[in-house]
Amino acid sequence: MTGQPLLTAESVTKFYGSRLGCRDIGFELYAGEVLAVVGESGSGKSTLLKLLSGQLEPSGGRVLYRMRDDVTRDILTLTEAERRFLFRTDWGFVHQHAELGLRMGVSAGANVGERLMAVGWRHYGRIRDEAETWLERVEIDATRIDDRPTAYSGGMRQRLQIARNLVTSPRLVFMDEPTGGLDVSVQARLLDLMRGLVADLGLAAIVVTHDLAVARLLSHRILVMKDGRAIETGLTDQVLDDPREPYTQLLVSSILQP
Amino acid sequence: MNAMISTATPSTAYNFAYLDEQTKRMIRRAILKAIAIPGYQVPFASREMPMPYGWGTGGVQVTAAILGANDRLKVIDQGADDTTNAVSIRKFFEKTSGVATTTLTADATIIQTRHRIPEKELTETQVLVYQVPIPEPLRFLEPRETETRVMHALEDYGLMHVKLYEDIATHGHIATTYAYPVKVEGRYVMDPSPTPKFDNPKMDDCAALQLFGAGREKRIYAVPPHTSVVSLDFEDHPFEATKFDHACALCAATHTYLDEVITDDAGGRMFVCSDTDHCEERRAEGHRGDLLGEAPAAIAGSAA
Ligand SMILES: Nc1ncnc2c1ncn2[C@@H]1O[C@H](COP(=O)(O)OP(=O)(O)O)[C@@H](O)[C@H]1O
Ligand SMILES: [Mg+2]
Ligand SMILES: [Zn+2]
Repeated sequence: MTGQPLLTAESVTKFYGSRLGCRDIGFELYAGEVLAVVGESGSGKSTLLKLLSGQLEPSGGRVLYRMRDDVTRDILTLTEAERRFLFRTDWGFVHQHAELGLRMGVSAGANVGERLMAVGWRHYGRIRDEAETWLERVEIDATRIDDRPTAYSGGMRQRLQIARNLVTSPRLVFMDEPTGGLDVSVQARLLDLMRGLVADLGLAAIVVTHDLAVARLLSHRILVMKDGRAIETGLTDQVLDDPREPYTQLLVSSILQP
Repeated sequence: MNAMISTATPSTAYNFAYLDEQTKRMIRRAILKAIAIPGYQVPFASREMPMPYGWGTGGVQVTAAILGANDRLKVIDQGADDTTNAVSIRKFFEKTSGVATTTLTADATIIQTRHRIPEKELTETQVLVYQVPIPEPLRFLEPRETETRVMHALEDYGLMHVKLYEDIATHGHIATTYAYPVKVEGRYVMDPSPTPKFDNPKMDDCAALQLFGAGREKRIYAVPPHTSVVSLDFEDHPFEATKFDHACALCAATHTYLDEVITDDAGGRMFVCSDTDHCEERRAEGHRGDLLGEAPAAIAGSAA
C-alpha cells in the first residue's frame, strides 16, 4: 500500500434545491480497502456514491482520486473523455438493479467483452477467452456465454454485472446495494463471491448498503449516515461491536435481534 | 431498357430544382461542413418535400442543392434506373430543373442512389448522392441521441465492435451484409446505410465526392474524394466483401453484385447484375451469360 490515499472526500455536500442530499462528508480510502456506507433509506447513501464517482456535481467540497499514473486529480476537473476512460478501466460501478449495469440486448460474452473492446481489443478469440475466464470466476458456467442476461436469474445477472466491471482490473469499485432485492440464500452466495474477489484482486470498494450483515462481511471500515451526515465512522468490527452513537446502537440492535 | 439521355423543359411553376435559393444555401453550408469533417453527421433543417420520407427526401434535397443547369443526372434504386422510386425522382428533377438525365454511369455528373454504388469506377468529375434512412451507426445499441453524440465526439466506439462481436457469437462470422459500419479517415464511424457491404471497398479512396442525405433524421454527411474508408472488423475475423458463387446469367460478369430474380411461375431463377446499366454495357461489348438467350425481355431488357 502506498502512502497516498486512492480516493479522498473533502466536506462533500449536496443540496437538491433546498433539500439536503448529504453534508460535510470526509474520509480517505486506501488501495485495497473496503468502506461500507450504511444508514436507513433516505439518509443520503446513493447521493454520496454518485458524488464520489463523479456522476453528480457537489454543491460543496471535492473528491480527489489518485490516477494510475499516481497523479492525484480533483474528479470534477477531469474532462468527459478522462472521466469515461476512468469508468471503463480503473473504476467499476455495480448497480442494485443489474439491468441498469448490463446491456440486456446482447450476450453475456458481449457484456463482459465490451470494456475490452472499448479500450482497443480487436481479436475476437482473445476477447471471448477473457470473457469465459471471467464468467467462470464469478461462477457462471462458460457454456452460458452466448445467452442474453434476460435468460439469467437475478443472482446470475448480478454476478455477470460484477464480471463486466472487473474485466479491466479496476482499482476501485462502487457498489450501490449490490445484494438488495435478492433472496437470502442468493445473497449469501454473492457476498461470499464478492469477498473472495475483493481479497484476491486487492480491490478498493465503496459499498452502499442498508444491511449491516453485508457491511460486516465485506468491509474494513464503516461510515454510518443519518439525515445526510456521517454520524459515526471507524473500523467495521469496532463500530458494530461497540457503537458509540445512540443511532448506531439502534441500527445494530435492530439486526441483532432474532 | 435503352440507355438514354434526355432533356426536358422545366416547369416555370417551381424554383430551379424545387427548393428556394435560401434553403439551397442552407443545405450547401451543411454540405461544406460535412466535407470539411469527413464522416461527421451535420444537422440541417430538412424541408418537407413533395414525396414521402421513405422515398429519399434527404438525398433529393442534397441533389437539389448541388444541381446546376449543365449537370447530367442519373438516379438508381437497387442498382436499376427503371424502378418506381428511381423513375419518380428522375421525373421530379426533369420537371423542376429541366437538367439532362441519363442512365449511363459514365455520362452522369450527379448520381443519386438508394442502395448501390455503380460498378463502373467513378471519377473526380462525379458526385454520388446517397439516400439514407438511418444515419446513426451507434443506434443499434444506444438509442439515446444525446449519448451517441458524445460517443462520436469522444471517439468512444467500443459499442460498434460489441455489435460485430455479437454477430460472430450468433452466426460464427460477421453476418452484417448491409449498412456495414466504416471508419472514415481514421476518425468518425459512419453508416453507409443501406448499401450492401459488397460496395464498401468502392467507398475507400473513391475519386468522386460522396454525399449522404437523411431527410427524416435531418442529417448530412460526406466522404470527400480520395478519403480513407475502412470497414470495421476483428483481427481474426477480417472484413470480407460479399462474393458470389455465380456469374451474371446475362453478361457473365464475375466481379459484380448480383440480384436473384424469379423468371417464371415454376420456380425458375437466375442471378443477374443489380447494376443494369453496367450489365447492358457489357452485353453491348459482346459479353454473353449462360441464360442470355432464354431470359424474358422484362429481365434482360432490350439489350438482350
Ligand atoms: N434527484 C433528487 N432530487 C431531489 N431530491 C433527491 C434526489 N435524490 C435524492 N434526493 C433526496 O436526498 C435525500 C437522500 O437520498 P438518497 O441519497 O437516495 O438516500 P439513500 O440512498 O440513503 O436512500 C433524500 O431526502 C432524497 O429524497
Ligand atoms: Mg439509495
Ligand atoms: Zn450482368
